[in-house]
Order: sequence, then C-alpha cells, then structure tokens
Amino acid sequence: MAANLSLAAPPPFDAERVRRDFPILDTMVNGHPLVYLDSAASSQRPLPVLRAVEDYETHSHANVHRGVHALSQAATAAYEGARERIRRFINARSTREIIFVRGTTEGINLIAQAYARPRLRAGDEILISALEHHANIVPWQMVCEQTGCTLKVAPINRRGELLLEEFLKLLNPRTRLVAMAHVSNALGTVLPVKRIIEAAQSFGAVVLIDGAQAVPHSRVDVRALGADFYTFSGHKLYGPTGIGVLYGREELLAAMPPWQGGGDMILTVSFEKTTYNELPWKFEAGTPNMSGAVGLAAAMDYVESLGVEAIAAHEQRLLQLATAELARLPQIEIIGSAAHKASVLSFTMKGVHPHDLGTILDAEGVAVRTGHHCAMPVMTFFGLPATARASFGCYNTERDVASLVQALGKAREVFA
Amino acid sequence: MDLKELYRDVILDHNRHPRNFGRIEPADGRAEGHNPLCGDRLSVFVVLDGERVADIRFEGRGCAISTASASLMTEAVKGKDRTAIRALFDKVHALLTHPDAAPDGALGKLAALAGVREFPVRVKCASLCWHTLNAALEHGAATISTE
Ligand SMILES: Cc1ncc(COP(=O)(O)O)c(C=O)c1O
Repeated sequence: MAANLSLAAPPPFDAERVRRDFPILDTMVNGHPLVYLDSAASSQRPLPVLRAVEDYETHSHANVHRGVHALSQAATAAYEGARERIRRFINARSTREIIFVRGTTEGINLIAQAYARPRLRAGDEILISALEHHANIVPWQMVCEQTGCTLKVAPINRRGELLLEEFLKLLNPRTRLVAMAHVSNALGTVLPVKRIIEAAQSFGAVVLIDGAQAVPHSRVDVRALGADFYTFSGHKLYGPTGIGVLYGREELLAAMPPWQGGGDMILTVSFEKTTYNELPWKFEAGTPNMSGAVGLAAAMDYVESLGVEAIAAHEQRLLQLATAELARLPQIEIIGSAAHKASVLSFTMKGVHPHDLGTILDAEGVAVRTGHHCAMPVMTFFGLPATARASFGCYNTERDVASLVQALGKAREVFA
Repeated sequence: MDLKELYRDVILDHNRHPRNFGRIEPADGRAEGHNPLCGDRLSVFVVLDGERVADIRFEGRGCAISTASASLMTEAVKGKDRTAIRALFDKVHALLTHPDAAPDGALGKLAALAGVREFPVRVKCASLCWHTLNAALEHGAATISTE
C-alpha cells in the first residue's frame, strides 16, 4: 500500500481552492475583479492567518515574559510557540537562533549595527551584489561611514545573473562580510547562495542572506545552506506586516553586543551595571509583536499545508506561461532572463512609461508594481528609470496571466 | 475612472512630440526635478528677459503625464512674467487637486490635465515640472523632489 501511495502522482495544485482562503481576492477594483500580481511587494493573508491573529487578540493577549497571571502566560506560550514553529520551518538548530524583528530591513540593520559595526575597520570590505534591494545596500553604506570600511559590489550580466567568477575574484582576506539576496526582488533571479556562502566562508567572511523573496517560493534550510545569518519578512510569506525573522548561528549571536536596549533584553538592571538577557531575547528589546509572530507561525502552517514545493512548482508554471505570453507581444521587453528565476516577471512596454502602464492596468483591475522596486542600481544597470513587475503567489491562476495580457493590449490601445 | 479622461489626445500628442524639448546653455535659471516614486527626472532651463521668461526648455524622461505636462507648461509660460506664471501655476494646481474646479479659461490647453485629479497618485507627475520651474526661477539652480 505504502509503495502504491508513493507512486501516485501528487494531486494537481488547486489554485481555485486556494483562492477561497483569501477573502481579499474577491475585491472589485475599478469595476473589475481584482487580479493581484504584486505578491513580491506584499502577499495577501489567508483566513487561517487572519483567524490566528484574531484568536490571539481575542483570547490570549497580555504582555509576554512579565506576568504570572494566566493571560501573560498564554501570550508568552503563543509567542514562544511561534518561535519554535519558525525554527522548524527553516530548520534552525535552536530557538535561540530565531530573533523576531519587524522585517527583513530590520534584520539587516541589526547585523549591520550589532555585528559589523563593532568589528569592521578601515581596510575591511563588505561585499554585496548589484542585484540588491536598497535594504541590503544602505545599512552597509552606513557601516562604511561609521567604520571606514569599504563596500564592494559583485556585478551582474545583461540577463540579470550574478557573475560568479567576478564575485569569487572580489573575495579576499579583507572581505569580512558578504550580504546577498537569495532571490532578486526586481528581476526574480535566484542566486547560487550555497556556493556564495561556501566561497565567502573559505575566506573567513561571515555571510548574511536576504531571504525576503526566497522563503515564499522555496524550502529554505538554513543549516543545509550553511548561512551565518538569514533574514526574511512575514508579509511576503502570507503572514502579517511588522513581523520578520533574523536567523543567526548561535556562536555569532552570542558574541554580539545587544542592538537596542530596554525591557525584555535584560536580566538585571542597576545604575552601575546591567546584565543582558540570554539569546534570543537579548536582541528583542521592548514589547514584541506577539500577534504578528502568531500570524507568521500560522502562515507557515498554511504554506506547509499546501506544500512549499507544490506552491513553487505552481508559480513556476505561471512564470513560464506569462514569460511565453509576454515574449509574443512585440512591444514588450522582459527585463531579467536568468536561467534560474522565481515568481517575478519584470518588463517594459515600448512607448509606454511603466507608470502609465501601472495606471492603465489598475483601471482593468490588474495590480502590478511599477517603479524601481527599491533597487535603483538594477534599473541604472539596465538604463531604465523603472519597470513594471508582475509577481505570482499561490493564489494566482492562468486566468490572471490572461488578464494581464489583455490589460497590456488595452495599454497598447490607449497609446496607439 | 476613465482612462480617456486622463490620456486625452492633447496629452498623448505632447507625450509623443514634446515641445521645447532640449537644453539651453548657458541658461539664467535651471533646476532638476525628481519624482522618487516613479524615477521620473526632468530639468528645466529658462532664459530671462528681466522678469519675463524669454525662452524655456525641458529635458528628461518620465511618464506621459509628466512629459505632456512639462511640454504644455513650456508653451504656456513662454513670454510670461514671474507674476503671471505664479498665477497660472495656482490655477493648474487647483485644476489638479480640487475635485470640481471648473477649468479656468486662462488655462488654455493646460485644461487637458483636468483628468489627472481622478488619479490622485498621478498628481505629482503633472506638478513636478511646475515645481521645477519654480525652483529654476527662484534659486537659479536647484534640485527639487516631489517627496
Ligand atoms: C529582496 C528584498 N530585500 C528586502 C526587502 C525589505 O523587506 P521589508 O520591507 O519587509 O523589510 C524586500 C521587500 O521589498 C525585498 O524584496
């Protein structure tokens, strides 16, 4: 029996059923049913996430780690239970390695200020890629200003792929920290992060991976990757805003000074001397976002109930379909044609500025992101002020791709 | 929401064939405008004859609304003095932001921008060139931003 079962093909991914879990998808926009193609900016939340948050707020809320009363215990259990859920999701060794943050941006800033700033000196180098989101550029520029260290940038090619050889050449014993996206938000390029991590670590550098766009589209196992630090946002993973995760290897986190000071991150405080709390709370000053943590844990349950691999395969089908459909339109140029991409399709339309395109698609109910996608250096590399970007999530369907194509036809009519 | 109201023929025409497009060097005043939201950038160059704008050009790239608005603006302000230009800007501003301001007769072709107010996120596209012109007239040389 067991053998038979394992031979059976997996059930086809039922995106129509998935859509019913996302009430917001029933919204009408400008007289058209919403076609939501902006999940790379922020995904929508399914009912189980909305309910988990409501349930926490309705039945379990009080401050955490502070009271002996029942609700405080319930809140603490919910919050710390969420941490364990997250540990399992990314296969970290211990919950001491899971720090709750507001999102990817805060995770990167925490490492910049608490890891890099105290250690780096003039002459040291931080290495990033030309594909990074501003959140993985600016915090390092700040560290460079603060310490006198230097920011190096590994280049990309016209397909939007990291030039691995160039990256390897830039590594040297002065490279103290490498910070790279796992998946580019502007182009969808998947970077060879395992290779990057191994190479960087062989030079003694510590590696931070910006996983904001990777976690929703692939199974991430931080131990298998060997990442020193890995960070992502809840709101791109069908979870709430204002919650994210910073994973760090325990030895590294333990050796770091706290970032922010306040309640929860201390054991004892006197005016003479304060002792800091243990990991992970040492890095969680102040009352945390408990309902966000609970919502993110529920989002992980949801994603695993659909199957991370099944979602990824479904999105790949849509990406390939959309790529093929748009490639047939003579006015469309696809920006970013890496061999390995996830869920993101960036493009321009000849004679129509992306901003106008965004307005016209919106009039048809189609939500895409237009602009520089917080990756101005990527736009500059391609000589563009902006692109339009369609991105796919578990709830998108072939129909959404057809609506996009149809709306692009409308844009061509308006600008005929 | 009516796209035809936004993308009127005048707008599409001025987007496709922007008037007074290019640089003036040397110029008596120049300024660069930037709309970080969409990456639009434009530069405005003016030659003054006393209080009067004797010549004006603009350069840059942007969406249809920002390009057409800049093109229409250069036509409208050429030959006018600062006071008249300020008064015209106030009328354009009212047209872009007041829900039912009737287009003022003095606006001429600029009235084609009336459709923009239905699209609040696009108002900055249309007003960028005016803020940039203001900067060019006031400070001689400046960079301004819509944010
Ligand atoms: C690759 C990448 N890094 C970082 C971020 C910043 O994430 P957040 O705004 O949630 O902190 C994003 C989100 O846009 C992203 O796509």
